[in-house]
Amino acid sequence: MATLEVKNISKSFKETKVLKDISFSMEKGEVVAIIGSSGSGKTTLLRCLNFLETPDNGQILVNDEVLYDAEDSATKSEAEIRRNRLHFGLVFQSFNLFPQYTAKGNVMLAEQLLAKNRPDYKKRKKEILTEIEEKAIRILSKVGLQDKMNNYPHQLSGGQQQRVAIARALALNPDILCFDEPTSALDPELTGEVLRVIKSLADQDTTMVIVTHEMDFAKDVADRVLFMDGGVIVEQGPPEEVLLNPKEERTKQFLSRVQSI
Amino acid sequence: MSLYNVTLRLLEGFSVSFQLFFGTLIFAIPLGLIISFGSMSRFKPLRWLVRTYVWIIRGTPLMLQLIIVFYGPGLMWNATAFSRMNAAFLAFIINYSAYFSEIFRGGIEGIPRGQYEAGQVLGMTKTQIFFRVVLLQVVKRIVPPMSNEIITLVKDTSLARIIAIQEITWLAQEYIASQAIIWPLFYSGVFYLAFCGILTLLFGYIEKRLSYFRV
Repeated sequence: MATLEVKNISKSFKETKVLKDISFSMEKGEVVAIIGSSGSGKTTLLRCLNFLETPDNGQILVNDEVLYDAEDSATKSEAEIRRNRLHFGLVFQSFNLFPQYTAKGNVMLAEQLLAKNRPDYKKRKKEILTEIEEKAIRILSKVGLQDKMNNYPHQLSGGQQQRVAIARALALNPDILCFDEPTSALDPELTGEVLRVIKSLADQDTTMVIVTHEMDFAKDVADRVLFMDGGVIVEQGPPEEVLLNPKEERTKQFLSRVQSI
Repeated sequence: MSLYNVTLRLLEGFSVSFQLFFGTLIFAIPLGLIISFGSMSRFKPLRWLVRTYVWIIRGTPLMLQLIIVFYGPGLMWNATAFSRMNAAFLAFIINYSAYFSEIFRGGIEGIPRGQYEAGQVLGMTKTQIFFRVVLLQVVKRIVPPMSNEIITLVKDTSLARIIAIQEITWLAQEYIASQAIIWPLFYSGVFYLAFCGILTLLFGYIEKRLSYFRV
């Protein structure tokens, strides 16, 4: 059973076709890296998975459940989308932490809000909130921020902020964790700490889709690499194959451009 | 004229100024918020209408607006629509809500899209995103321009004398005609100054309370 199945997704912005009939699937615990030049559609694909964009055509399935079907308007209602989003987590390029909450507050907020819908919330409020807090502390320790839990985002370095963002996404236990160029906004000396955290998640069999420009990292962490260009998946396969012995001309051109820098 | 008597008389006038100030604030802030939503509406005709309205209100003198609200209904329909004080309230509320709406619009539009998107991918509802994520950031952003505008309002209340509201400047000016002394008019400035001083301290306190985070 595939954890994620994307079937024939396409998306246009006005006249521009950004995604053209994209299909791929992922197994549980698999790490997929998506590479390609800017404008190739990789970020849009990630945004479609998180329902920040609604695909014009196609379906998105998680664990064989249809989460989105362009033909079925029932899957497009706001409440339904909000529920389905929780299958995915998204780590943004620019972190997007909430500035008025501490690191711990950022990690806890969504879960605290979701907990209000639990039938036993009124009765067990204190216990539930303690559980959420303990979990946040556990996850922040996992990303190496046990000393920074009560700091506000502006008191953290970019790398630390991005690790908080990863912890925030992990807190909701998504089936698939997505990263949109997680190190592009960071100074070079800070990328390492973020990449190490992602690597450790991969080692713990977290299912992840990573849009990245870090080819060495993709090679190191990904089970499979997708190369996108012009809104289509041009080539995919194990990293050694796609990155070292690409079959397609477009992949070769892209890699030579990236590696010549 | 003793200082004591003048002070009492001017305090009487200042209480009218304060009523005008406070009443305007109470109504213009929520109205300004509603107008700002209109000026950001995705429905073009509404947005266009609201922005034209804001342009007219901000583009004409408050003093003229006071005159139109008070005398306009009488001239057009031969009816007195408002008491002097109500006309003053109405003109000030209309005027200040237009200014406030632009401050609110700037504050709301200045919040990066990423804040909304981060809330969305965490499964929050629109209401939760507004109240738990966006609102406090907007408040922090608008405190400096709002304090500016509110301090201007304190002094703008003196414009109400154009429709014979007996606020502090009116009463101070009366001494020139009745007693041929001008110092009460100069003295009236002290009342404005003291009140603006208190407001400055208050806004400073609010800014400090919100300084634990950055936007």
